[in-house]
Amino acid sequence: MPEIEGVENTGGVIKKFLYLNSKAPYGTVYALEVLEMILISAAFEQDVHVAFVDDGVYQIKRGHDTKGIEMKSFLPTYRALEGYDIEKLYVEKESMEERGLRAEDFIVPVTVTNRLAMSHLIASMDVVLGG
Amino acid sequence: MLHTVNKSPFERNAFKGCLARAQKDSVILLFEDAVYAAIKGTTIESVTVRATQDFKVCVLGPDLKARGYDEGHVVEGVTVVDYGDFVDMVVAYGPVVAWL
Amino acid sequence: MRFGILVNEGPFNHQASDSAYKFTEAVLRKGHEVYRVFFYYDGVNNANKLSEPPSDDRHIVKRWSELAKAHNLDLVVCVAAALRRGMKDELLAEGFRISGLGQLIEAGIQSDRLVMFGD
Repeated sequence: MPEIEGVENTGGVIKKFLYLNSKAPYGTVYALEVLEMILISAAFEQDVHVAFVDDGVYQIKRGHDTKGIEMKSFLPTYRALEGYDIEKLYVEKESMEERGLRAEDFIVPVTVTNRLAMSHLIASMDVVLGG
Repeated sequence: MLHTVNKSPFERNAFKGCLARAQKDSVILLFEDAVYAAIKGTTIESVTVRATQDFKVCVLGPDLKARGYDEGHVVEGVTVVDYGDFVDMVVAYGPVVAWL
Repeated sequence: MRFGILVNEGPFNHQASDSAYKFTEAVLRKGHEVYRVFFYYDGVNNANKLSEPPSDDRHIVKRWSELAKAHNLDLVVCVAAALRRGMKDELLAEGFRISGLGQLIEAGIQSDRLVMFGD
């Protein structure tokens, strides 16, 4: 867990944070750094939600082996999220099916939710981050 | 809720991704390379025209002008706004979702 | 209203930093408060005081410094992203400071709106 500055400065406010992951892993750095944000907002005791849409669903597909590209696989971090009480993980059904994936293909337990429900989820948030 | 899109619809699916998940009556701002989604006479035009029926669709004027277009080139129903309007929209319509 | 701004891309490669700057300017012009501007990913390169664009181009780094000075803005560069890219204290332009990612989350909590500019 990284060192946190400013944790005291939340004034007891709990906001609904959504991390909207829409990009594939490894090709760009975005997916990895979103994970850092997720962990830190948990330290701030915020109401954290994580959603995977479009190519973002590839981020949590089982079996990443990154040895050959010398990058850190972030599946172990995703597996550890439960320990930080981050359990609200959503995968958009349409994005998953378009890519030939099933709920069993993911490394962590996720709620598979259709596009309409995803739009409701997004609309109910206070802060939406990600990429 | 305010949705922003900054990618050309010919290169990435950020615009379509936004349309698929924005709730009816929310506001969509096209800026940077997404301004091309607001232009008449393209193969995307029909998508944008349909979008104006469900959403309030805006395009950022300075980004439009920089790319050689003006109000006259914009799909009917799409509003041209400036940075000040962008700020007003964030204030008025609530949390911002950036479709990148 | 109180705004937090997140800049995820470096200067010159992508319009994100320019858009964020123009937006921040407009926020201030409209009389709103900017709680913090946070620079993440390659966005940390916006703080490099060694940046020297040709004289007929906008000076992105200097522009942020000047805006910060005029409006007492808090420009925060993410420490982990900065270290990865060799962006250290001695390279920081005026008005920028390096701190943790917690400062972004805190901005999300303290601001009425958090607006993200990226690629």
